[in-house]
Amino acid sequence: MANNESAVSQSEVKLTAKDFSTGQDVRWCPGCGDYSILAQMQRTAPDFGMKKENIVYVSGIGCSSRFPYYMDTYGFHSIHGRAPAIATGVKLANPELMVWVATGDGDLLSIGGNHFIHACRRNIDLKILLFNNRIYGLTKGQYSPTSEKGKKTKSTPFGSVDYPFHPISVAIGSGATFVARSLDREPKHLQAMMSRASKHTGIALIEILQNCNIFNDGAFELYTEKDTKADNVVVLEHGKPLVFGKNNEKGVRLNGFNPEVVSLEDGKFSLDDLWVHDEFDPDPTRAFILSRFIDNNALPLPIGIFMQIQKTSYDADVETQINNIKTSRGEGDLKSLFFDGNTWEVA
Amino acid sequence: MGKEVQILEDVTVRFAGDSGDGMQLTGSQFTNTTALFGNDLSTLPDYPAEIRAPAGTLYGVSGFQLHFGSNDIKTPGDSPDVLIAMNPAALKVNIKDLKSNAIIIVNTNAFDQKNLKLAQYEKNPLEDDSLKGYTVIPVPLSQLTANALEGSAISNKEVGRSKNFFALGMMYWLYNRPIEPTILWMESKFKNKPEILEANKKALSTGYYFGETTELFTTRYHVEPAKLEKGFYRNVSGNEATAIGMVAAAVKAKLQLFLGSYPITPASEILHELSRYKSYGVKTFQAEDEISAICAAIGASFAGDLALTTTSGPGLALKTEAVGLAVMTELPIVIINVQRGGPSTGLPTKTEQADLLQSMFGRNGEAPVVILAASTPVDCFYMAFEASRIALKYMVPVILLTDGYLANGSEPWRIPDPDSLPDISVQFRTEKEGYYPYSRNENLSRPWAIPGTPGLEHRIGGLEKANIYGTVSYDTENHEIMCKLREEKVNKIALDIPDLEVTGDLDADLLVVGWGGTFGSIAEAVQRARKNGYKIAQAHFKYLNPFPKNSAEVLKKYKSVLVPELNLGQLSHLLRSEFLIDVVQLNKVQGLPFKSIEIEERIIEILGGNNGK
Ligand code: SF4
Repeated sequence: MANNESAVSQSEVKLTAKDFSTGQDVRWCPGCGDYSILAQMQRTAPDFGMKKENIVYVSGIGCSSRFPYYMDTYGFHSIHGRAPAIATGVKLANPELMVWVATGDGDLLSIGGNHFIHACRRNIDLKILLFNNRIYGLTKGQYSPTSEKGKKTKSTPFGSVDYPFHPISVAIGSGATFVARSLDREPKHLQAMMSRASKHTGIALIEILQNCNIFNDGAFELYTEKDTKADNVVVLEHGKPLVFGKNNEKGVRLNGFNPEVVSLEDGKFSLDDLWVHDEFDPDPTRAFILSRFIDNNALPLPIGIFMQIQKTSYDADVETQINNIKTSRGEGDLKSLFFDGNTWEVA
Repeated sequence: MGKEVQILEDVTVRFAGDSGDGMQLTGSQFTNTTALFGNDLSTLPDYPAEIRAPAGTLYGVSGFQLHFGSNDIKTPGDSPDVLIAMNPAALKVNIKDLKSNAIIIVNTNAFDQKNLKLAQYEKNPLEDDSLKGYTVIPVPLSQLTANALEGSAISNKEVGRSKNFFALGMMYWLYNRPIEPTILWMESKFKNKPEILEANKKALSTGYYFGETTELFTTRYHVEPAKLEKGFYRNVSGNEATAIGMVAAAVKAKLQLFLGSYPITPASEILHELSRYKSYGVKTFQAEDEISAICAAIGASFAGDLALTTTSGPGLALKTEAVGLAVMTELPIVIINVQRGGPSTGLPTKTEQADLLQSMFGRNGEAPVVILAASTPVDCFYMAFEASRIALKYMVPVILLTDGYLANGSEPWRIPDPDSLPDISVQFRTEKEGYYPYSRNENLSRPWAIPGTPGLEHRIGGLEKANIYGTVSYDTENHEIMCKLREEKVNKIALDIPDLEVTGDLDADLLVVGWGGTFGSIAEAVQRARKNGYKIAQAHFKYLNPFPKNSAEVLKKYKSVLVPELNLGQLSHLLRSEFLIDVVQLNKVQGLPFKSIEIEERIIEILGGNNGK
């Protein structure tokens, strides 16, 4: 995708995080997880290998969607839910651009759900940063499509009665080709995910569990606090077994289709018995099972790349088709267009 | 044996039958031959709303109407002079539209008990006097076709299908047209099916000679070629013309054309047509919904394409919020609404002009957009081009209104020399010095700086923008400045569009004013009334926002202003509020175009019915 023109040539001075900052006042609440996501992006962007004029950030509406204002690239802060659709147009018009979408759980999965699943289905080359804080922040605290059932919010004073979406499951089910999860509080990990997504051709989703300290504070505490995180998070690494725990004393084994936590200390199971992660598995079944760990309190939360597969991207196929037709039929001119069909002459 | 030959100035023919009878094909063959013969013409197909309606039913009737003549033909014709009815249902559905002394050619073989019952006839209309006054020509079409094809290698079913060519051959004889163009067409169409080719050729020529020999026809008709301007012609429907116009605009703008669209009747053909034009670099994106379709177009516009979205009324309603985004971000985009009967799903296959006020006002906030309307199928080409020119030059969304009648209707298009079309190319901003995203040129349009341009990185969006700088601004006074600028920019376009032209009797008391697709019916009505001695002026709006700058002057000059439109008074509403004049309304919302006689009668009523004397 990054061709010679849009890529940064070796001789040029390497850009830094500061080059990607617009210097505009950042308007998120103090302490919001969004700050970290922005910082990690600014740090990672110089490594994308793209000139900054060839990078575009498109967003919808919500706290997360202010993101483009802070990145000194081209940006489009659009309307609620429509970022994937706008980004699709940008990418199709100029496939040489690297196009990122910054969006939230309400924006992408509620009002924009249709655009999201179809972007996944087409495998268009967009990189989606999903800021999932499981709440509506900008509208001041209503439950979102990723909020847990029973959540008490302003619009659900007696607890919500609807079941949440798992964004990773939705993405896998819709045909996404790169699906990852990270946390605002894991800067190094988040940077790695951004960098890996930038190298993927096709749709890439990074679900970032992000703390909204105003309306849903501590939603991901279990996964971020020092004393609980090791027992509740498993880091997915390609070719490595699923091991977690303070002393790496636990693992996840796949028993048929059922994942289960086993101890590596009681002699019954060893590393060899564990589920070995294969992020390139062309069959998305295992990635889907991983995406449902979140339903089972006994299982740890996986972070990392759930799956990535290689398929031609929609934008590339569109280009190829046009080029093939141009080659076989020759480039069209207006005269042949006007005269296409039954014509006659009045002399 | 000499049959009487009668010379006619113009004729309206309607072919009607079951969806499976091939009436559209028969009609378009007759059209092509008639065009080659040199007549001016106009056509209108009438499809059933159901895709595969049961055979023989009233709602399964498919029709094709053609009006041709030696004079200037403006409409597909009010009332047919001739009906070809392939079955009882086709007769029943169409008889009410015919001229009182029309010729009705029927396939008598289809008038059996079963078909009569399906058509809800209690008695066979061919056997009582219910068709009195018409010239009924009963032809056992199915039988004659079967006789002609006896011994042919094709199946009975295929023999049955050939009867439309028999009917076509008969019509060619009746109106004195050659059968060769259709033979040529058959030879390429059925080149891989030699048996069918032979059978169809035979059915066609047997039909022709049947006309010659049968005693059923005593008269043959002749319509002289029209005096058309010299040049090359082809027949185009409004939707085809729209698609070609957009490609032409993209070429003349030196931009890639991007279409974001979602299938919707009656606009889908534009998507189909443009999808064929990949060798012209056209990118078509069939989106997941109407909203995505326009949003992708807006994204493509941001990235530097000539961006288009096509739809019909319900789709425009869905696109509303995104149109507002295009207004706010001041990005060029062409939005084509092929209007149909509304509200809601309404009458999807029928025509109407009831989205003018939606186009004008259907957005939140102060969100003016440019609105154009095409007046004839061929005009769709020029207005699509014009919509693109304005969008690009002024960095604005432009809504182009066509309608189901224009979209499906067709007429000969005198093919222009591509070099005669103006260059509408625009400059992308590349100069870093002094660049601000919302600075403005003399047209009040902001610079188009597309991603990929070094040094011009900027952010736009739906939040209010600071004047000139384009940063987000919640400043209340700035908001007012920006609202006024956006309005002024659209209003100023009035200086860059043609004046409202008045034709007919400039010193008349009555001005007839229409807009969009009613042009042909109004012009025909005015022309006929003037021939009868009435003094009438006519003007037609193709620019509805802004109105041409001389509109007030024109409208105020006449004692009465009659406004025929296919809605309940939308242009009338705008004219009253904009120009503080009263107008006389003539409205119709039956999903059908105006018959010119309906307008003519109203004109005569207003003028006192005594030739204005
Ligand atoms: S409301 Fe929540 S998500 Fe929004 S900026 Fe504040 S802390 Fe962040």
